[in-house]
Amino acid sequence: MFDLSGKCALITGASGGIGGAIARTLHAAGATVGLSGTRVAPLEELAAELGSRAHVLPCDLGDPEAVNALPKQAIEAMGSLDILVNNAGITRDQVFMRMSDDDWQRVLDVNLTATMRLCRAVVRPMMKARWGRIVNISSIVGATGNAGQANYAAAKAGMVGMTKSVAAEVASRGITANAVAPGFIATAMTDALSDDQKERINAQIPAARMGTPEEIAAAVLYLSSSEAGYVTGTTLHVNGGMAML
Amino acid sequence: MSDIADRVKKIVVEHLGVEEGKVVENASFIDDLGADSLDTVELVMAFEEEFGIEIPDDAAETIQTFGDAVKFITEAS
Repeated sequence: MFDLSGKCALITGASGGIGGAIARTLHAAGATVGLSGTRVAPLEELAAELGSRAHVLPCDLGDPEAVNALPKQAIEAMGSLDILVNNAGITRDQVFMRMSDDDWQRVLDVNLTATMRLCRAVVRPMMKARWGRIVNISSIVGATGNAGQANYAAAKAGMVGMTKSVAAEVASRGITANAVAPGFIATAMTDALSDDQKERINAQIPAARMGTPEEIAAAVLYLSSSEAGYVTGTTLHVNGGMAML
Repeated sequence: MSDIADRVKKIVVEHLGVEEGKVVENASFIDDLGADSLDTVELVMAFEEEFGIEIPDDAAETIQTFGDAVKFITEAS
């Protein structure tokens, strides 16, 4: 089950905790992976760890031309592009009243507009192949909102609406588009929190712990598989029960 | 019939699964040949590949009938 042998997957934000776990999981399932991100060193480390079937494809998602070129580079490197995982994201948290246009725009550009551009570019080869999987990594805050994250929450909610629309358009061509919405996941970012802060967060989670990047990766693997061919336009919430949607 | 028209007709017949006789000059892909909006995008992609040309989106929107397609491709190639 969930065998991805012969499939080629492009993963953005692969230098991060969740992106790295997604790349490792899809690779372990047999996929060839294209590792994209802005920091080249961790991408190369990951590629070296994975060995064969791993390609480093650096890209700044804030640069529209670089984003538009990325799918083509991925196809040149891997031979095809069957699975797209839009995982990269940035935050510029700020109290809403003080949120600058720049904080808003930058987060929308990288998290939502770059995702749109990549989806748009991959639909063409996927339509020809009559097979494709798009998995967009949204967030629990896209559904629940979060103080200080109006920009991030708007981008992540926008991603869900876009994913559903794309899913409706391309479903008849064997392409699915879904979202995964992680809750609190233990990464380098959350390691920086104090024990007190962690305790307070865990108190809000019925599972009483943060999730692991591997638990997000498992959801992505499922939605990338042939077995999930009849699942499209949905959002899979992986949050330990923090929000039951 | 020109070589271009033959090749365009072959693509339309294969892609939309219609009888060759129905693919006439004024046949509209959507109204007469049963294409949906995604089919028309795919037809344009197939034309681009077959003839090695690029059909920009604004031009693609004007290609509504078999005759439109033959005319555009004849002028472009």
